[in-house]
Amino acid sequence: MSTTIPGAARDAETGDEPTARAARSDRTRSEARLGWYLAGPAFVVMLAVTLYPILQAFYDSLFNYKLTAPDDRAFVGLGNYAVILTDPVWWRDFGVTFFIMVVSVLVELVLGFALALVMHRAIKRLRGLLRTAILVPYGIITVVSAFAWFYAFDITSGFVNHWFDWVPGISPDLNWFASQGTSLFVIIASEVWKTTPFISLLLLAGLAQVPGELEEAAKVDGATAWQRFTRVIVPNMKAAIMVAVLFRALDAFRIFDNVFIMTNGANNTEVLSLLAYRTSIGQLQIGMGSAISVLLFLCVIALCFVAIKLFKVDLAGARGEK
Amino acid sequence: MRRRTRPLAVLLAIGVAAPLAACATGESGPPVLTWYINPDNGGQAEIAASCTEEADGEYRIETSLLPRDAAAQREQLVRRLAANDGSIDLMSLDPPFIPEFSGAGFLADVPDDVADETTQDVVQGAIDASTWKDELVAIPFWANTQVLWYRESVAEAAGLDMSEPVTWDEIIEASDDQDTVLAVQGARAESLTVWINALVASAGGEIITDPEAPADELELGLATDAGREAARIVGEIGGSGVGGPGLPNADESASLTVFQGDRGGFMVNWPFVWSSTVGAVDAGSLDEELLDDIGWAPYPQVVEGEDARPPYGGISIGVGAFSAHTDLAYEAVRCIVSPENQAEYFVTNGNPAASTEAYEDPDVQEAYPMYELIRDSLEQAAPRPQTLYYNEVSTGLQQTWHPPAQVDPDSTPETSTDFIVAVLRGERLL
Repeated sequence: MSTTIPGAARDAETGDEPTARAARSDRTRSEARLGWYLAGPAFVVMLAVTLYPILQAFYDSLFNYKLTAPDDRAFVGLGNYAVILTDPVWWRDFGVTFFIMVVSVLVELVLGFALALVMHRAIKRLRGLLRTAILVPYGIITVVSAFAWFYAFDITSGFVNHWFDWVPGISPDLNWFASQGTSLFVIIASEVWKTTPFISLLLLAGLAQVPGELEEAAKVDGATAWQRFTRVIVPNMKAAIMVAVLFRALDAFRIFDNVFIMTNGANNTEVLSLLAYRTSIGQLQIGMGSAISVLLFLCVIALCFVAIKLFKVDLAGARGEK
Repeated sequence: MRRRTRPLAVLLAIGVAAPLAACATGESGPPVLTWYINPDNGGQAEIAASCTEEADGEYRIETSLLPRDAAAQREQLVRRLAANDGSIDLMSLDPPFIPEFSGAGFLADVPDDVADETTQDVVQGAIDASTWKDELVAIPFWANTQVLWYRESVAEAAGLDMSEPVTWDEIIEASDDQDTVLAVQGARAESLTVWINALVASAGGEIITDPEAPADELELGLATDAGREAARIVGEIGGSGVGGPGLPNADESASLTVFQGDRGGFMVNWPFVWSSTVGAVDAGSLDEELLDDIGWAPYPQVVEGEDARPPYGGISIGVGAFSAHTDLAYEAVRCIVSPENQAEYFVTNGNPAASTEAYEDPDVQEAYPMYELIRDSLEQAAPRPQTLYYNEVSTGLQQTWHPPAQVDPDSTPETSTDFIVAVLRGERLL
């Protein structure tokens, strides 16, 4: 989870407007060099902690290798990938992961927008308090929130069945974690509860960038509130919305904790991260597990690519660098 | 800027130096043996302390806690041992993982004299479970088995004669008649394998017919009459609703909670449920009446008139192959598994002794009025398949026999056999 709030990075900019393609002066060159000196060590460390494991995982994925039988290690080429991609388990887990990602991001986007508008319009004095209050769920460790939701819905110790037994379909005998639909409902609800604050903060930063004059001008021209929202506010913060959706989608695709705690993959609720975990850590199949991890990594890259190329997400635009 | 970085640098320096300083100290005194224990009520830590005292300066045992469920315990130990972790001197091992640990060379050889001494008067199931390829590779510490627990009022109302062993069909019918829950462990976890194994073994079959075979030649005994009979019982309890709405995620503690509740009737579970219920009554959270209403009987039969093969569990102590003090570690094991310690552990922690001698202890007999039943049940218990590939077999069973309501005697045994065989050949994901 490496995420930055757009706008926060703006202070770091020098404020110099880089003039297009002007001959680089000594000063800009030495500044660039200084930049490398400052960022270089961090860059090397990043390579060491991300690139090396990625390459190692790819290398391991070419072997049939079990940790408890290291002597039986054998090179199988892309065999592990063939097994995975022809296996219904992989595609089932892929479907579940994709479903959780789409539904939770959509719900979070709607709720997050509402919260962002509330925060944006709130009286100045309340704003700080409101932002803090909204951020509380996001500050809770995912495993802890997963346990809290699990015990709330659990059939023996939970209170949800008793509090909501007036809702049709909910009774004291309803076992939320016994079928796919209800399990996924709790998993997604917990996910939404926890990460909506994150998306709403990103959107709030976007809202703050919409020039007030535009809105006022629209108001003077007689635009309704809905028209101002759809024609003025949303188009002006498209970049912020797309960045929020992209960050959250990537995050949601790697969901692990909630599923691990609540169902551990039972009732067809297994997600790809859990499959990778069970294969590498549970069964100690380092080769097969690495192959799943590599495929998961490729999925995330593909998501990024689709978002940036097809939906034209402009990361720089969201930071106001244009 | 400078004013800000100074304290930061100091903090950083402390952060780096403090752990290093901690490494430098603490190497004086007798050798420290680290015992990786499964969570209990503090009994193993007490045994470690008393054995340290008994060793009189020869060694010191320190305990280190493993995760709560058996699969996670195995994961942690295997990961460390695969990296040749020398800090693992002693470990509390769940029996089904012993072949895998032994096969991978993670366990130090047991000296003959220790093997002879620690298997004297020990129930056969415990010795079998600690043996791999005809050699004792771990030392039996405590041995567990399940019995049938029932509410006397419910059994009486259903007209069951509990002085004779009953069958699964009888208690299913009784639960249905009395509208009570038959509490079994239907969660997709190790406890489900425990149940399936007991059912298959009680029907006269076995899950794996040639446990020592290599992965691609392993043969399963599920697609047999015994396997189908086991599937019929699981499916009936799941499908008819007598297992209760919580069945698909009921583990041992969840079963106990249901059994103690208003709809409690029958339950198969380990003996810890007795000490746990007694403790809850003493603490005032449960009524004394409940305790008086609880009865116990041998594990239910699958085939009428044929003795059941109850589940076998427990803990054996393994000595890490990479330990620097294997001799001392085996000295420590001798102390840990002494019948007196086993009896004490049984009384205080609710985990039955592997040594038959411990059952003669008056404290055990007082704390566990059903001690004879437990001892007899241990003698009849069927261990789970002993194979290097236990994890694959067990997880494969859990994937295909869950949820219990969807287990079908006509298809589940075949499907699970095909699935597990394909997994073992590396053709399917688990």
